[in-house]
Amino acid sequence: MDFTLSNEHKLFRKMYREFAENEVKPLAEEIDETERFPEETVKKMAKLGMMGIYFPKQYGGAGADALAYVMAVEELGKVCGTTAVILSAHTSLCCAPIFENGTEEQKMKYLPDLCSGKKLGAFGLTEPNAGTDASGQQTTAVLEGDNYILNGSKIFITNAGYADVFVIFAMTDKKLGNKGISAFIVERGFKGFSVGKHEKKMGIRGSSTAELVMEDCVVPKENLLGELNGGFKIAMKTLDGGRIGIAAQALGIGEGAVEEAIKYTKERVQFGKRLSQFQNTQFQLADMHTRMQAAQFLVYNAAMKKQNHEPYSMDAAMAKLFAAEAASDVTRRAVQLFGGYGYTREYPVERMMRDAKITEIYEGTSEVQRMVIASALGVK
Amino acid sequence: MKIIVCVKQVPDTSGKVAVNPDGTLNRASMAAIINPDDKNAVEAALTLKEETGAEVVIVSMGPPPAEGMLREILAMGADRAVLVSGREFGGSDTFATSQIIAAAINTIGVDKEDIILCGRQAIDGDTAQVGPQIAEKLGLPQVSYVAEIKKEGDSLICKRMLEDGYMTIKVKTPCLLTCIKELNTPRYMSVPGIVDCYSKPLEIFDFNKLKDDPLIELDTIGLKGSPTNIFKSFTPPQKGAGMMLEGADKETCQKLAGILAGKHII
Amino acid sequence: MSEFKNTDVEQFHGVWVFCEQRGGALMPTDLELISEGRKLADELSCELCGVLLGDKVEGIAKELGGYGADKVLVCESPLLKDYTTDAYAKVICDLVEEKKPEVFLIGATNIGRDLGPRLAARLHTGLTADCTHLDVDVNKYIQFLSESSTLDLSKQKFNMEDRNLKMTRPAFGGHLMATIICPRFRPCMSTVRPGVMKKAEFDQKKADACVIEKPAFSLKPEDIKTEVLEIVKAAKQLVDLTGADYVVSVGRGISKDVKRGIELAEELAAVLGGVVGGSRAVIDAGWLSADHQVGQTGKTVHPKIYVALGISGAIQHKAGMQDSECIIAVNKSDTAPIFEVADYGICGDLFKVTPLLIEAIKAAKAAK
Repeated sequence: MDFTLSNEHKLFRKMYREFAENEVKPLAEEIDETERFPEETVKKMAKLGMMGIYFPKQYGGAGADALAYVMAVEELGKVCGTTAVILSAHTSLCCAPIFENGTEEQKMKYLPDLCSGKKLGAFGLTEPNAGTDASGQQTTAVLEGDNYILNGSKIFITNAGYADVFVIFAMTDKKLGNKGISAFIVERGFKGFSVGKHEKKMGIRGSSTAELVMEDCVVPKENLLGELNGGFKIAMKTLDGGRIGIAAQALGIGEGAVEEAIKYTKERVQFGKRLSQFQNTQFQLADMHTRMQAAQFLVYNAAMKKQNHEPYSMDAAMAKLFAAEAASDVTRRAVQLFGGYGYTREYPVERMMRDAKITEIYEGTSEVQRMVIASALGVK
Repeated sequence: MKIIVCVKQVPDTSGKVAVNPDGTLNRASMAAIINPDDKNAVEAALTLKEETGAEVVIVSMGPPPAEGMLREILAMGADRAVLVSGREFGGSDTFATSQIIAAAINTIGVDKEDIILCGRQAIDGDTAQVGPQIAEKLGLPQVSYVAEIKKEGDSLICKRMLEDGYMTIKVKTPCLLTCIKELNTPRYMSVPGIVDCYSKPLEIFDFNKLKDDPLIELDTIGLKGSPTNIFKSFTPPQKGAGMMLEGADKETCQKLAGILAGKHII
Repeated sequence: MSEFKNTDVEQFHGVWVFCEQRGGALMPTDLELISEGRKLADELSCELCGVLLGDKVEGIAKELGGYGADKVLVCESPLLKDYTTDAYAKVICDLVEEKKPEVFLIGATNIGRDLGPRLAARLHTGLTADCTHLDVDVNKYIQFLSESSTLDLSKQKFNMEDRNLKMTRPAFGGHLMATIICPRFRPCMSTVRPGVMKKAEFDQKKADACVIEKPAFSLKPEDIKTEVLEIVKAAKQLVDLTGADYVVSVGRGISKDVKRGIELAEELAAVLGGVVGGSRAVIDAGWLSADHQVGQTGKTVHPKIYVALGISGAIQHKAGMQDSECIIAVNKSDTAPIFEVADYGICGDLFKVTPLLIEAIKAAKAAK
């Protein structure tokens, strides 16, 4: 068992960190404040090969591994939760299902542009009446000649306003329930497809979260992803992978808060002492760091299992459950250590606290993760 | 066409600088980085590579761990690297260093259309001497303090900064330029670059490899051979807790200006 | 003329100063170096000689005598009008080999730092960069150490007969100082940081007595491998806050008269040769644009001098400037936290203190 990073992974960490510090951190406050999607950052990430980190070079990917990808989301998350989720949703929820389930033609058609960052990806599963219970899909797809006609709407879709390629789920056979769901690759420009209302959120406010509306949306039948009626499996498998991405985002946010809190408490003087000299501060920071370190091991472990093609569904669920709850806890404690300043927008920890909360909710709530873990344990 | 870039790994002096009680630098406590001006030289080389298809060769003199820095530069897009490393080279001053690096470049070979790029100066020594001295030893023309490079046929048009303006200088290849930060913004490593960097060639030039090069004089390399020697090194008196000046009148201000002038910081 | 052998240390005599001219005018550094060179020549009991290259520059040579040069070697040629590495290096190396000076000082300007290393490499001798202090006499050197170092001098041994030039320079951004010698080769060469050495009083009599020598030299157009296409004088270089050597920042204290407060900061910054910054309060109030902000949410600066005018010193501001080399704070309240990080504090009204400070610094700079 080896817990040391390879030289390559150390370089990845260094590269991501320099990029995050110089290019992402300076925008974090502003994009949160103005709820602006950082398009320029996506372009910069694209130039560095960050939009297709772990996909093979033959599809335009960078040819690195899942750990290198997870570290990217983590380092971005340390300075900006928004940027982290943009990358995570694009990679885990759009590129990954196409790579894992697509035909060679589909992969060659879509992956090079997605991996190069020329196009941004998104994922449409959640509906107003199908949240945690994804099986309650109401969007329908009906084959008419050479096309499927999709009708329905999706909500809370990350990257919606800026994505070009969407992996969308719809009922192809209502009678079959779960087993009647299929996945489709839908392009923004397809007839009958539009982006609806944008959500106003508590955190990750720079990410574009919106509704997708399909009104007699025409999708060529060769854009069926995977087997007909095999969509639910694709969705669950995609979410397994996505959870590693969100776990990495949570990990980053929590670690970022610990770094900020260490820096601040070493400077701030009260009662004639630096805050870092008070035992309460020391104990708090020790706990916070320990939680995030544990989270890191879980997240990296899940990433390595995915990379090595081992079953990782439970590992991903544990990583996300633990990292998300740790991030929420650690950011809340960081705000407390900062006191009044922590509650102001002058310091980043209140933003981190708001950003952390969503990681307990999306891509499977913490409760869903517990269900996944318990079921893997055979506890029924 | 080749572009040879000379780089140095230096302790990061932009943050806190740790000094041992004996007055030497506590290098272990400081992060090792690519010398900032050298990074601009690397960027200039990679930009020229994109324009011309030239091969970019990185040369650095330093201890074996400098390989990590060279891998980083390979991950930025350089093609191959040479690490000049040997105990015999340790402690060299600028004269000795430039002699060894010139010999290394000589070994790599300088062809008619080649360009050698250096950073203006390294942040640990701030001498700005090694670049011009390499040029002298290789018998090449030099342009220092370069803030712009344009390639025109077999010539380079360089904007060379002065304190009060700039000169535009035309120089034919092969030549050596020293680069300043105004020249460009260095790129980051890229993900595919990192994936590839450990499979790119990295050669070690040790003492045996270079000792017979005509540019090497065995009695002027290393600590013992260097023409200049450290006579004393010391730390300046520690900064006091700060001083409240009395009064706020003309005299107070004159006193303050006098102190600043005495410290040579105005 | 005996053969040039740079290890024949005893054969080398005299202190030389390279006197840089731009557009036919001397540089301020020339006068500083001639003044310093005079002291070294006196300690070595030898001649001080200026070296002036250019086209039709004989007229400005005598002035160097007024600061202490016994002699000025003047080399004139259209090929020497503007500085080129190749022409200057060839002419000077030939002169050094012929006349064998013991010490050779060059101003550490952008041109001096181009020329110096090239000369040293060709002459096969050492060169110490960017020196801020020079000594020959050991007693004077010990005196210097006692004032400027933390060394325990009782534990240091010195050879009182030592006649090597002891060249002291800062390293690692001034965190360490090193004194360098060049014992085996001559000339002993040093570039000297501009603005450090004190200029002597000009003496017309000495100027009149200064000997101008015009040595023969050979220089052909084909010796010069670079071509100067143009020389442009820039009015003012744009400096960003992060890289600035001098930063004058204003805080809420200017609220009484914002326009005047910023004018004063700009004036002081101009005198120092730096830029204006501001605290968060000033940026939020719209008195300065966001790119001026120093602090946690703004920029981190580490200039040589940071002047805080009317800034209380909130932790978030201090985070961006506390690593400055020298911090000067002016504030009305003597309990303002900014004074905790300031090297020099003045408790007073910035509108009154700043104009006085501007005058005092102008005067101090003029006296150099």
